[in-house]
Amino acid sequence: MFEIFGIPAAALFGQLLLGLINGSFYALLSLGLAVIFGLLNIINFAHGAQYMMGAFVAWMLLSYLGINYWWALILVPLIVGAFGIVIERRMISRLYQLDHLYGLLLTFGLALIIQGLFRNQYGVSGLPYSIPPQLQGGTNLGFMFLPNYRGWVVFASLVVCFGTWFLIEKTRLGAYLRAATENPAMVGAFGINVPRLITLTYGFGVGLAALAGVLAAPIYSVNPNMGADLIIVVFAVVVIGGMGSIMGAILTGFGLGIIEGLTRVFYPEASAVVIFVIMAIVLMVKPTGLFGRAT
Amino acid sequence: MSDHTMTGRPAAQRATRPLAIPPLHLAIFAGLLAFFAVAPFFLYPVFLMKVMCFVLFACAFNLLLGYGGLLSFGHAAFFGSASYVSAHAAKVWGLSPELCVLMGSGTAALLGLVIGSLAIRRQGIYFAMVTLAFAQMVYFISLQAPFTGGEDGIQAVPRNRLFGIINLSSDMALYGFVFVIVFAGLFLIYRVIHSPFGQVLKAIRENEARSVSLGYQVNRYKLAVFVISATLAGTAGATKALVFQLASLTDVHWAMSGEVVLMALLGGMHTVFGPIVGAAIIVTMQTISPASAPGLQCCRA
Amino acid sequence: MTTSILAAAMVAAMAGSAYAIDVKIGILNDRSGIYADLSGEGSVLAAQMAVEDFGAADKDINVEIIAADHQNKPDVASTIARQWYDEEGVHAIFDVPTSSAALAVNEVTREKDRIFINSGAGSADLTGSQCSPNTIHWTYDTWALANGTGTAMVETGADTWFFLTADYAFGHALETDTAAVVEAAGGQVLGTVRHPFPGQDFSSYLLQAQSSGAKVIGLANAGGDTVNAIKQASEFGITQAGQSLAALLMFITDVHALGLETAQGLVLTESFYWDLNEGTREWSERFAERNGGDMPSMVHAGVYASVLHYLKAIESTQSVEAGPVMEAMKSTPTSDPLFGEGEVRADGRKIHDMYLFRVKAPDQSQGPWDYYELGYTIPAANAFRPLDQGGCDLVQ
Repeated sequence: MFEIFGIPAAALFGQLLLGLINGSFYALLSLGLAVIFGLLNIINFAHGAQYMMGAFVAWMLLSYLGINYWWALILVPLIVGAFGIVIERRMISRLYQLDHLYGLLLTFGLALIIQGLFRNQYGVSGLPYSIPPQLQGGTNLGFMFLPNYRGWVVFASLVVCFGTWFLIEKTRLGAYLRAATENPAMVGAFGINVPRLITLTYGFGVGLAALAGVLAAPIYSVNPNMGADLIIVVFAVVVIGGMGSIMGAILTGFGLGIIEGLTRVFYPEASAVVIFVIMAIVLMVKPTGLFGRAT
Repeated sequence: MSDHTMTGRPAAQRATRPLAIPPLHLAIFAGLLAFFAVAPFFLYPVFLMKVMCFVLFACAFNLLLGYGGLLSFGHAAFFGSASYVSAHAAKVWGLSPELCVLMGSGTAALLGLVIGSLAIRRQGIYFAMVTLAFAQMVYFISLQAPFTGGEDGIQAVPRNRLFGIINLSSDMALYGFVFVIVFAGLFLIYRVIHSPFGQVLKAIRENEARSVSLGYQVNRYKLAVFVISATLAGTAGATKALVFQLASLTDVHWAMSGEVVLMALLGGMHTVFGPIVGAAIIVTMQTISPASAPGLQCCRA
Repeated sequence: MTTSILAAAMVAAMAGSAYAIDVKIGILNDRSGIYADLSGEGSVLAAQMAVEDFGAADKDINVEIIAADHQNKPDVASTIARQWYDEEGVHAIFDVPTSSAALAVNEVTREKDRIFINSGAGSADLTGSQCSPNTIHWTYDTWALANGTGTAMVETGADTWFFLTADYAFGHALETDTAAVVEAAGGQVLGTVRHPFPGQDFSSYLLQAQSSGAKVIGLANAGGDTVNAIKQASEFGITQAGQSLAALLMFITDVHALGLETAQGLVLTESFYWDLNEGTREWSERFAERNGGDMPSMVHAGVYASVLHYLKAIESTQSVEAGPVMEAMKSTPTSDPLFGEGEVRADGRKIHDMYLFRVKAPDQSQGPWDYYELGYTIPAANAFRPLDQGGCDLVQ
């Protein structure tokens, strides 16, 4: 067994793979944030709460209605996305004319309310959600034992991320969306219902958060606070990647997951702060982010 | 922020006599003073001192947001680090309370100078993110540094003797001390807002480009208001540590930064007295039912 | 601040009538978080049962119980304790899980000269360097846990350890105490990794523990952290590959949450188990009946026994003042159906037997809550840190 920097290679590869798994969640969540910011110019602070709702709705579907994990993967993003659409229509749409900060503050308040409601109802001790039977067990990769479910998370996240990137950057619908952010009046003049497009985009971004919540439910316990600390990290990911950059959010999400994994090997206590250090440096050196376009 | 413009008659009128205190404000100040002077005889003094500390914190924060137009998402860094320094000074060095508060405020001022000088190079959401990033680092240091006591915090902080003479161990004596500090702080904030300096701040908030073209060194003004705000937030934190005889991670966690944003918003961020109301409401709610404290309960179960 | 005010039924019925002594006690614990199951409302119920079983009303003592949620935070705990003493006229505070919160209440109680009887928290500092003439530490502490589980594991040949430690005072204390026990018994500590508190994802730490090749992974954490670490160790095939886990602090409610399938074979130290003897069974069944069928944890048992002992001291001194009541509690031997005969030491440490349990396999379990098999009893004399080693200035 050879070693790298005094760490056995097997352990290092193991940590990198775990970082990739964490990165899958960062990527999915920051993707949703980036889509919303890119097209609506709203910083969706409620994203963490919506991720948490995703996990909770999956849990409720299973415990109250007996609907299994695979159906939850489809149903939960639709349910939570619909909730997002209501929020967008009723509240957020009033803020488009104002500074970004107002959107941030509104969604911040919403996040606190949503979390508070779930906390009152379910406490913070967490509810169990078991891994679907098809994905139980694990595979021995030689350097580590990979639980099948975690492998599935990485795969699902990659598919969804690149699917979304393709949808927005390479299809006609995506072209309308991007045009609508550049010049809503012009796109409207071509007969496209811009407000509806924006509403659906918000719903889509929220749906992505909810999907991440469903994926997370079997790994972490379903807990009203599960999104609260994560959202702060995901913000950093989006800022580092460049606000509004789809590919930036995806690559940075996976990349920072891996960096965080490496930190856990060398200085575990700092793993919670390393992303913020990177964010501060990036903001100082290249404020538009690694993949952001200059504005 | 469209309700404030630099053109138009009301603004022009204000600009002519910026330093005068309008009678209404004078009346409100007098009312507040009278209320807090009499209240400890009817209400629990420790609760009132907590309200006062948060009132000062919210007003200091609002000086930056409401008048500087800068949303800091990391004000807990100043509040919390000052409370650690103040607690440490009182407990380990045995300093008298006024020196503890001074040292706490001084620490916050220095920290504000460092973070501020970096953060003001960015605008809007990026500014908020820089402050958040640095606050997270301060949190990390508070968690890891040996002198903060990690998760336990610094406990059993003595109140010591004011100027080495007056014993503050009774709640009423301490109340007087807190009362003087908080109202001095509030008055300072009020004077800053209504000084020529404050008028320039408003101008920068409304239209930065125009202020630059008028020849103002915009960044100096921004840095100055950032440091003042950080210092007073530190004063509030340092005082709170003496009131509760405890400095803990709650004070420096990002949820505390979020809470002060809520206080300012709840009361109205472009008003002088709004944050006072916001802080009082939120602290009272937390006291009646801790479970309803949204930010505080957040993430460190 | 007081989320619920519960007066014992008989007290309510006779409200207003004059008693010789009025006592107000506060149950301060976690009512919504990760320790809510092992303390929470159950501790209030335990205190109520103690008041009823003691027959306070017949002895002309009026007991009022109030309760609040400290959210496991030292600042919230200290604020509530202060207000209870200043405004509510509370005479004694019970339970208080989470070491940092307990240390905060310890300080406020000392300053206000009232009584604090801890059941839920682990830090042995409460009767060591932070000891106070106003505090009794009832149920367990980190030294006792390390002594019990550490010794037992090393005896079975598990002599190389790797620690997974919650990065705060409680975790550090548990790790240090256990490492000392392991090394004294001829074992070896191969490494340690500190995880943020509370943690969600332990996989990378577990992987490090795995690559260290240690025979035992010592979990120096508690509650949800321990439960998640054990779950993930099984998910990543670590236990299956032959390393064993030592859950240094684990409650029966954690075993209940994990399920026997995952928890089987774990070795743990507790001071109480509902199925120990006739006395514990009788009380626990009465408790479960009023607690939605859930059996008591050792923390609940500790609250019951400590309230009982406290009321006995009030009866004998006819006073609620901290000085005489503490004096009586320390000079009178303790006796209750849950912990048997015992004593409260000069440093505030309550002394009783501890037990080493092994979690049953699913097919050994006879029914719900039948989880533990008794390994052996650690006699009271050896169960806790010797009086002269704690550094408590009350005994020097």
